[in-house]
Amino acid sequence: MDIHEYQAKEILARFGVPVPRGGLAYSPEQAGYRARELGGNAWVVKAQIHSGGRGAAGGVKLCRDEHEVSAFAATLFGKQLVTKQTDANGKGVYRLWVEAASDIAREMYLGFVLDRKSERIMIVASAHGGMEIEDLAETDPDSLRRMTIDPAVGLSEFQARELAFQLGLKGGQIAQMVTILKACYRAYRDLDAVMVEINPLVITGTGDLVALDAKMSFDTNALFRRPQVAELRDRSQEDPRESTAGDHGLSYVGLTGDIGCIINGAGLAMATMDMIKLAGGEPANFLDIGGGASPERVVKAFQTVLADRNVGVVLVNIFAGINRCDWVAEGVVQAYRQLGLTLPVVVRLAGTNVEEGKRIIETSGLPLISADTLAEAAAKAVSAKAA
Amino acid sequence: MAILITEHTKVIVQGMSGRIGAFHAADMIKHGTNVVGGVTPGRGGETHLDRPLFNTVREAVEATGAEASLVFVPPPFAADAIMEAADAGIKTAVCVTDGIPSQDMMKVKRFLKRYPEKRKMRLVGPNCAGIISPGKGFMGIMPPHIYMPGRIGIVGRSGTLGYEAASQMKALGIGVSTSVGIGGDPINGSSFKDILQLFEADPETDAIMMIGEIGGPQEAEAAAYARDHMTKPVVAYIAGLSAPKGRKMGHAGAIISAFGESAQEKVEILEAAGITVAPNPSAMGETMARVLAKRQAA
Repeated sequence: MDIHEYQAKEILARFGVPVPRGGLAYSPEQAGYRARELGGNAWVVKAQIHSGGRGAAGGVKLCRDEHEVSAFAATLFGKQLVTKQTDANGKGVYRLWVEAASDIAREMYLGFVLDRKSERIMIVASAHGGMEIEDLAETDPDSLRRMTIDPAVGLSEFQARELAFQLGLKGGQIAQMVTILKACYRAYRDLDAVMVEINPLVITGTGDLVALDAKMSFDTNALFRRPQVAELRDRSQEDPRESTAGDHGLSYVGLTGDIGCIINGAGLAMATMDMIKLAGGEPANFLDIGGGASPERVVKAFQTVLADRNVGVVLVNIFAGINRCDWVAEGVVQAYRQLGLTLPVVVRLAGTNVEEGKRIIETSGLPLISADTLAEAAAKAVSAKAA
Repeated sequence: MAILITEHTKVIVQGMSGRIGAFHAADMIKHGTNVVGGVTPGRGGETHLDRPLFNTVREAVEATGAEASLVFVPPPFAADAIMEAADAGIKTAVCVTDGIPSQDMMKVKRFLKRYPEKRKMRLVGPNCAGIISPGKGFMGIMPPHIYMPGRIGIVGRSGTLGYEAASQMKALGIGVSTSVGIGGDPINGSSFKDILQLFEADPETDAIMMIGEIGGPQEAEAAAYARDHMTKPVVAYIAGLSAPKGRKMGHAGAIISAFGESAQEKVEILEAAGITVAPNPSAMGETMARVLAKRQAA
């Protein structure tokens, strides 16, 4: 689960990371007021959306007077900001962060991630920051420093110090960096984060370290014990189809094709999408109905898939273990009748209670297209769409 | 022999009196698995499914000599249950639970390392379908009837894709020695490499079907292991050729976040290591049949 920059900064500041002074605005007037409140003669106005690449997309601007702040804010509010990390629809801007401009002498990169190889939290840092880590890894891989943290001991002082020296910091900056590293680690650990990123971490004209941007992402599996984090969820930044599907126990990812998919199991769902592609079609979505799916959940799955207007055919592929083919078949029949479907529906059932499931499909009197194998199901879905 | 579970393996179920735990424990017993008891804190002394319940895993191990445990415990408590099993001397634990926080798994992996090699527990999962040695026994949630006993090992992240592979092979008359679901989480107990190692040493396994997916470094690690240390052929399939970068595809671990984690890159790494990769998910069975025929002809 992602949160906004300003929320990440508030959290990190609480753990001891120095951040610039700033304020949140929900309107152009409030943005101007925030600038006046902060004082000084330069402010950075930043669109708060769950995406990187905001600067290049025109979502960040250095403003020299209060009117410029509110004028720029007026152009952003309500706008769908398209960055290179978002899809073509972009993300809606409903909050702005107005910050006192910092005097930047040098930019660095600092990230904490879950390293799947060592199965530990890993620090990734570079003396050169400001660009995306992916670009940094490509253009300047030698500048990257990596360090893993033993979960039983936590981040040691010597590790933090070592990293600070590796980044070329000097004098009082060493102690500042150690404080920042330990604070980020504690925030990561104590709040069940999966990613903390400060990019850039800057050295100011006076030689001090400040987190100019911040990003945090959290483990959704741990939200049950982090209610204060769960509260930060912002549904305006999510694909409404995906969040509604999630509310119904369905795992859904919208794609750009026209063959709607209803599958059980993440692996089989991905494999079915691959099979559709190989058969010459394009999947409209990834959808896993999960285990023990009731007929009602199957109907919800149809509603979710059909909310995408591009969908011209639906492919149901179930290999039931913990699921039951008869329940799924009942769900398909119910969905077809209740939703008054006219588009082609291909159904492939296998596994637990498959005979009963197939009987329900065959005796339904509905024009459902049956398939016995994965390949046959994909081929039939592609040709049904073409017909 | 098969690996990890045979008809002789004494199995307990942690969470056996729960609704889902009881359902699957009953199915395991019905199919010949040697389930000797269950663990539900506070219900020790009672019986369930005609098997004794215990308060702790330690009591269950002492009373029954259990060597394996199936963990059917809800996500907030699952990590603790796994560590309890390890501490009680269980040899193999299979955890089906989906949704364990990754820092809990980090802790579990660190905890398992504290034991000397000889009494270290092997963990399979979490977020997996379990393990089955067809005709002998199983621990998990798979439909046992789709597996035919035989000499091919299956290892995969996805449960349903493992079923798909087993049934494609069954249709061609190819049976399974053991099928192992290692689960879809970013941090799991056993890796592809760990299970390949067991299959390589198993005299009842001739070849291995490995089913990977996008995300994580484990397929690449397995490829290097197969190239350098295996004599048995490995056939592979990688799901997610059509998955967009940076999006989580159902499994917590199924996300392309680094170089080498896309399906295409993994296929290239596997092929470079001499592994035969099925061109599509519907061809897993026939690819295995072809590799076996070639092996026999040689």
